[in-house]
Amino acid sequence: MSKLGLITKGFVKENPTFVLVLGMCPTLATTTSAMNGLEMGLATMFVLILSNIVISLIAPLVPDKVHIPVYIVVIATFVTVLQLLMQAFVPDVYKTLGLFIPLIVVNCIVLGRAEAFANRNSALDSALDGIGIGIGFTLSLTVIGLVREILGSGSAFGFKFLPSDGILAFVMAPGAFLVLGYLMVLFNKIAKK
Amino acid sequence: MEYILIIISAIFVNNVLLAQFLGICPFLGVSNKLSTATGMSGAVCFVITLATVVTYLVNRYLLVPFGLEFLQTIAFILVIAALVQVVEIALKKISPSLYQALGIFLPLITTNCAVLGVAITVVTKEFTFGGQAHLLNLGEATVYALATSIGYGLAMILFAGIREHLAMNDVPKSFRGLPIALITVSIMAMAFLGFSGIVK
Amino acid sequence: MALCLTAVCLLCSAILGVVYAVTFEPIKAAARANLEQSLSEVVPQGCTVNTDADSREMEGVEYQCYEAVDAEGNPCATAVSSTVNGFGGSLTVLVGVMRDGSVCATKVLSHSETPGLGAKCEDSSSAFVKQFEGFDPSVKKLSVRKDGGDVDAITASTITSRAYTLAIENAVKLMKKKEADDE
Repeated sequence: MSKLGLITKGFVKENPTFVLVLGMCPTLATTTSAMNGLEMGLATMFVLILSNIVISLIAPLVPDKVHIPVYIVVIATFVTVLQLLMQAFVPDVYKTLGLFIPLIVVNCIVLGRAEAFANRNSALDSALDGIGIGIGFTLSLTVIGLVREILGSGSAFGFKFLPSDGILAFVMAPGAFLVLGYLMVLFNKIAKK
Repeated sequence: MEYILIIISAIFVNNVLLAQFLGICPFLGVSNKLSTATGMSGAVCFVITLATVVTYLVNRYLLVPFGLEFLQTIAFILVIAALVQVVEIALKKISPSLYQALGIFLPLITTNCAVLGVAITVVTKEFTFGGQAHLLNLGEATVYALATSIGYGLAMILFAGIREHLAMNDVPKSFRGLPIALITVSIMAMAFLGFSGIVK
Repeated sequence: MALCLTAVCLLCSAILGVVYAVTFEPIKAAARANLEQSLSEVVPQGCTVNTDADSREMEGVEYQCYEAVDAEGNPCATAVSSTVNGFGGSLTVLVGVMRDGSVCATKVLSHSETPGLGAKCEDSSSAFVKQFEGFDPSVKKLSVRKDGGDVDAITASTITSRAYTLAIENAVKLMKKKEADDE
């Protein structure tokens, strides 16, 4: 696969949200607005790229039996680094995303890419894979967030274009499932032709 | 009274799946059949409660005294992973029949974010059950974890029941599989919103 | 095998220790900057607020008070951090109380209210938060309209609005008590 292909495959063909259906918890929980979705996506991408690189480097040294715990420790380390950096430099974002930052540890996308890609590819390829999947994830989250924000609060990226509030249910829990469900239908319709 | 509040709030009002969005992956993954959904719920129930108690103690007596709260995430995930292993081995020895029923789900549980989510929530979030906002004590944390996992089981089993029927219906092609499942969950979540007035 | 796992754990903890040490000061600075920003928003313009809290107790609850002085150095207002039970958990509101007992402005410090509903109290430019600017409890009644007061609640979030109002009421009460104690 070409280097460019490694990046672009995450956008549509192996889109982590709509095709692989991984990492559903942050996808549903943090997409109350487009901005929140974007921030969550970028946070996950940060961990994904770094853990992919490190795991591809250490994979040959790790005995097979303990590879999962070792990967989890590596991922948890980067998540904690991210937590500390966010608290220091973007405390507001950290407060909004809350619990879902530490929960990146158990995001199946990160461990999934470590298992399926990073442990048998070079560091460069793994980094590109992380970038691609990360962008795909970020895009999906931003789109879901945007749809929910437009329908639910009558604004887009924080800019209000409706004087009233919109349909509250879309900002709340049921709206998350509904929007994801319908976007998946749309994605199936367009991408799988 | 306070415990009843915790239980009702954790099962219905703040349902871990339908309101807090924790543990969605296994929820969508194993809810195809009622029997597997029940097995998974049982295993999750067991692990969440046990893991919450252990991580609570680890946090209280190891991390906080030494000012190591920043290691919370990494310590908790290691404790949970180790615990799942121990439970698996112990179950195999003590009760082979229970192991048969729950065993295959156990390895999946390490990456179930409901486990880590609940463990982190009980040591960081201030609850307001019974008066002033406070961090939960060990008793409350245990009850909260147990009630949360019962809520998880409830939503999972209800959903599996619906999904079994869904499979027999003629669903438009693009909706087949996960999309229609997600739309169904949405309607369930809407129904659960109705509970939100019960506990102030 | 065990050796490998131990080595990885030790290495990772060491890395985290270093990152923690490096980010320790910036995290504290960020929290401080955040508090300063919030404090300056709830007291009259041109006032300087002392960021060292003065802890006061009323009815068994602790409140953090921050004194503000105007350009000439005379005390003009007090910012009180007041915590009450909201809908989804505790709700902490920073309330700027003037010397005459009226409210200058308010701001949410932390909350766990429902997104889209009660969480709107976080938006400092919303009509709900704006209505407390210059609110004088001796003229208007500090409780939501449903309870016979003069506060317009957030639509469909009466409990959050009640809690927010209660937080302000407690802060005002605290300052009144302080004045009585001082005399």
